[in-house]
Amino acid sequence: MRRLPLLVPALWLAGFVALPLLVVLVLSIAQPGPGVPPFLLPFAWEGGLVLRPNWEPFGLLVADDYYVSAFLQSLWVAAGTAALCLVLAFPMALGIARAAPRWRAPLLMAVLLPFWTGFLPRVGAWIGLLRDEGWVNGVLRGLGWIDAPLPLLYSDLALFLGMVHAYLTFAVLPLYASLSRLDLTLEEAASDLGATPATVFRTITLPVAAPGALAAFLLVFIPAAGEYVIPELLGPPEALLVGRALWQEFFQNRDWPVAAALAVALLAMLILPIRLFQRLEARR
Amino acid sequence: MGLLEIAGLAKRFGAVPALVGLDLVVEEGEFLALLGGSGSGKSTLLRLIAGFEAPDAGSILLGGQDLTAMPPHARPLNMMFQSYALFPHLSVGDNVAYGLRREGTPRAERKARVAEALAMVGMQELAGRMPHRLSGGQRQRVALARALVKRPKLLLLDEPLGALDANLRERTGFELRALQRRTGASFIMVTHDQQEALALADRVAVLEQGRLVQAGPPRAVYERPATRFVAGFLGAANVLEGTPDATGGLDCPGLGTTLRAAAPMPAGTTACGLRPERIALGHPPGGANTASGVVEDLAFRGDDSLLLVRAAGGTLLRVSHAEEDGPPPAIGSTVTMGWEAAAVVPLAG
Repeated sequence: MRRLPLLVPALWLAGFVALPLLVVLVLSIAQPGPGVPPFLLPFAWEGGLVLRPNWEPFGLLVADDYYVSAFLQSLWVAAGTAALCLVLAFPMALGIARAAPRWRAPLLMAVLLPFWTGFLPRVGAWIGLLRDEGWVNGVLRGLGWIDAPLPLLYSDLALFLGMVHAYLTFAVLPLYASLSRLDLTLEEAASDLGATPATVFRTITLPVAAPGALAAFLLVFIPAAGEYVIPELLGPPEALLVGRALWQEFFQNRDWPVAAALAVALLAMLILPIRLFQRLEARR
Repeated sequence: MGLLEIAGLAKRFGAVPALVGLDLVVEEGEFLALLGGSGSGKSTLLRLIAGFEAPDAGSILLGGQDLTAMPPHARPLNMMFQSYALFPHLSVGDNVAYGLRREGTPRAERKARVAEALAMVGMQELAGRMPHRLSGGQRQRVALARALVKRPKLLLLDEPLGALDANLRERTGFELRALQRRTGASFIMVTHDQQEALALADRVAVLEQGRLVQAGPPRAVYERPATRFVAGFLGAANVLEGTPDATGGLDCPGLGTTLRAAAPMPAGTTACGLRPERIALGHPPGGANTASGVVEDLAFRGDDSLLLVRAAGGTLLRVSHAEEDGPPPAIGSTVTMGWEAAAVVPLAG
């Protein structure tokens, strides 16, 4: 009876995490085929279990520059997004943590509020702002600063704006948790021992908040690596990320094994940062 | 001229005054205890001296140098924090070295001085440990070493023994005083524990509601408390209310007697202090400085018993009965009491 409460999460994990993962794993070593669904299972029953794994999709991922560059670009976008979020979130989190207690809840609310509004409307808003006839170009033209509209939308700029906007909350919250727990007497002790405010920040505030900062980085990096919607709607057409490659294989080429292999490879690549994040959380 | 000279120091937080025009001089090599309850302003005073708060008025001079507008990192004094405030990401050795690094002390000298400071508190073997792997007593020592390594002329200590358990407290107290003598630095210790203040300090300054109400050697403050507050705070003396009579005594109907001090009491005295251990039981009744009452309760305290005696006039007296005088009177029995005139201390305010 005491294990009953564990049953619900266990069933949930089994049904919605383990089983789908197994399906994807099986798919990734299946043979592509003409039927519906468009693949042949990698095993069969012919008077006994016969395995027919197909390793070609994984071979393709390593061999084809197309996929390798997709992974590299995804990692680059995820790392860039996480770094930008960190740089923006640190002063925000520090400001909230050091604000008068009655201001903290409203300020946190202000950080969370965009997160609670719909995801697509926010991306849509960026399109409205950045497109050629959008508000930004309109204002710049109205001021007479430019003659022709700047190509803002479908650029790396738009891509990173959208990504940072979507993921900033993930960075602010762990940093705030870390900074609000930082004992202010540590900073006082440092200044008492002769450290100027800048030195206090460099030698005490930053290192003590470092685990929180790493958590913030990973919390943005991990989901950002697989992001599909934002690069698709805001990014440049040549930005080929894992998410887009996966989409193309699945829906356009109808090569489910390659799509599944892409998903497995992405997950494998993220296991390291995920494990790092878990160890970090366990230590706190 | 004292080492530290504080004049007219005032500080309020919003509408709440924390310090009200405080004057205080601390001599070179002196161990001063700032004693007071919570809200007395003792911690605020310490934070003002360290520079973590800015005073609304007044000045702080250290060795003739005006510190009042100086940021904390420029002040030539150090502080040991109540929570110890050890840097969690630095080892014991690096915690102690932190202050020397900020001064740019050369590496060889820094190492030698860190080792010396750690040896002073008996922690040289643990230089490589991280703070979270230290016991409470060890942390306290590291905090002390870190605060002393820059050889400050003035060390501030915020409840230095407050976080230690009882048996460690006594030993650490002796060590603290030995360190103070060895370094020759002035120590200002904030505490709410009167025994700690009396045991360690050369001089005790009692604060009440942001005011310095009495300062003096521990024995003098203990024996001759100036006000009701000090009498009550230090060793929980009996504070006896009454009306002055024509002969310089204090008429206490609640006690059923007249109190007489060694000298006629100052005009306007309406209360006197009388320590529980100065009251003798079994004293023949009659006359001034005698009383009788019924024992209401009794608490054994080891070397003595504390009796609560209801005097004939209704006042409840705390009386100490030493163990060597035999078994204490039983609860409910009637006792007679007497005390010397020298034990009666007229209180102001």
